[in-house]
Amino acid sequence: MNTPSNTVPESHAGSQAISPAVVTTWPLFWSIRRELWGNRSIYLAPLIAAAVFVFGFLINMIILRRRMHGVWTLDPAQQHEALAVPYEIAAALIMGTAFLVGIFYSLDTLYGERRDRSILFWKSLPVSDLTTVLAKVAIPLAILPLLSFVITVVTQLIMLLLSSVVLLGSGLSVAALWTHSSFFHVSLMLLYHLVTVHGLWYAPFYGWLLLVSAWSPRAPFLWAFLPPFVICGVEKIAFNTTHFLTMLQHRLTGPEVMTAPGSNLMVVIAALTPVEFLSEPGLWIGLAIAAAFLGTAVRLRRYRGPI
Amino acid sequence: MACIEARGLRKSFGTTIALDGVNLRVDEGRIVGLIGPNGAGKTTAFNAILGLTPYQGELRVLGRDPWTERDQLMRDVCFIADVAVLPRWIRVSQALDYVTGVHPRFDRAKAEGFLTKTAIRHTSKVRELSKGMVTQLHLALIMAIDAKLLVLDEPTLGLDILYRKQFYDSLLNDYFDRSRTIVVATHQVEEVQHVLTDLMFIDRGRIVFDCSMEKVESRYLEVMVHPARLAAARALRPIHERQAFGRSILLFDHGDRQQLAALGELRTPSIADLFVAVVGNQSGQSQGASQ
Repeated sequence: MNTPSNTVPESHAGSQAISPAVVTTWPLFWSIRRELWGNRSIYLAPLIAAAVFVFGFLINMIILRRRMHGVWTLDPAQQHEALAVPYEIAAALIMGTAFLVGIFYSLDTLYGERRDRSILFWKSLPVSDLTTVLAKVAIPLAILPLLSFVITVVTQLIMLLLSSVVLLGSGLSVAALWTHSSFFHVSLMLLYHLVTVHGLWYAPFYGWLLLVSAWSPRAPFLWAFLPPFVICGVEKIAFNTTHFLTMLQHRLTGPEVMTAPGSNLMVVIAALTPVEFLSEPGLWIGLAIAAAFLGTAVRLRRYRGPI
Repeated sequence: MACIEARGLRKSFGTTIALDGVNLRVDEGRIVGLIGPNGAGKTTAFNAILGLTPYQGELRVLGRDPWTERDQLMRDVCFIADVAVLPRWIRVSQALDYVTGVHPRFDRAKAEGFLTKTAIRHTSKVRELSKGMVTQLHLALIMAIDAKLLVLDEPTLGLDILYRKQFYDSLLNDYFDRSRTIVVATHQVEEVQHVLTDLMFIDRGRIVFDCSMEKVESRYLEVMVHPARLAAARALRPIHERQAFGRSILLFDHGDRQQLAALGELRTPSIADLFVAVVGNQSGQSQGASQ
């Protein structure tokens, strides 16, 4: 899909040359671009979240500076608290925003094109249903994680620079600031978390949402969230067990659920090496389920017309 | 070579039969008008031809099965559905970029040429355009595609009279050449009358009339009969009779031109009158009037 599709001899667009030239098309690339044009919240929402956070952080810095009066008397644990935590909150906020955007995007995209009848226009072009669905699932699985990574790193850099400027001459060594935020290490961990958890571990969630979006005659939100509730309820009544709920929770909290509770986000992720992650059967079962959901969504899109 | 070939094409929605064994053949290089009342099965037939709906029976479009090979087929086929389907959020420039990016036979310069003749700006979003402008934009995109088959379902809906005329003119002058095939469904039959090479009537899911325009002109004659000769004219078994301006107008199939000329003024019937005669006569029964 990512390779140019069949080439067709064609006269050069823009010139009247009769000699045939080869025109290659990139349906997947353009389909992803189209999703970004049509859903600007994909990048605007994390950007706004980041901007609001930076603004709050700036106020916090100024207040901190006034209280300090040039004296830095915190012990190392408090120092870490004051210096590293805002960066983690920033990362979590941007990631959380991107996660929410991904959920609403996946739930609406295949339903929305049927509701506004634009599916008839998209289907009049030589783009297969498979390419379309792959472009749509690439948004939550690849585009949003990478985008939130870039936005987070830039935000954290801005925060570092801001605090360096604000705290300059406050007695706090700027070097301590950079050490505590351990910028590059944390960025790497963040990227690893985004790729493994958001890109791979959550795949069945997005697969399910796209499936519901392709199928539902109306109210996709209801169709996506009601069945899991019903299954949990019936299981509880009939067998007095909560396997389905446990499974959902395990899927939501990620593969690192085994580590000690209370440990901070980045430490938890660091505990799981790529080898451990890749040998987790839950990952592969999840990916298989995601593939089945997506295959069904592709098939459904073929049958579905405008509502 | 047949561009579209259907045999025993059937499609039903629950108990409603939309296509009841359609047989049709459209040859390359024809401009076919598919005329029928609402609910006759036009859109369903188009959806089957365009691979938008599954069907029973045999159907080949440009030698392909549209249902299983839609995306391949769409390289050579383009269509405009009966309502505005361009997404409202898209910008004109984005629409041009996208179609350029995915369609190997799209000539962007040609599309921009069409657009310069309109008031549409590249920076506008579809939601900011009037209904007529959206149709103009869609037509500009579609007509810049070097396709073998163009399917139009009510293409000029919502356009004013000037642009409708302009549309069919440019369809003939800029778009149509002998290697292309156009199938058009419309209620505005008088506008397409001089454009078509072939005429098909569809009613209750069946093709009830299939004839080239040349044949229509040689085969069907309308006579505005002198009141005194009305009995004689009726004896020649017209297929339809109507009243206008206090005179009887009789429509004959395979009538003798000289014999009819003696009865009153002769003229070629309009598609609308022919439709009323053919489809009206067949109401209740579904025998094929074709050939």
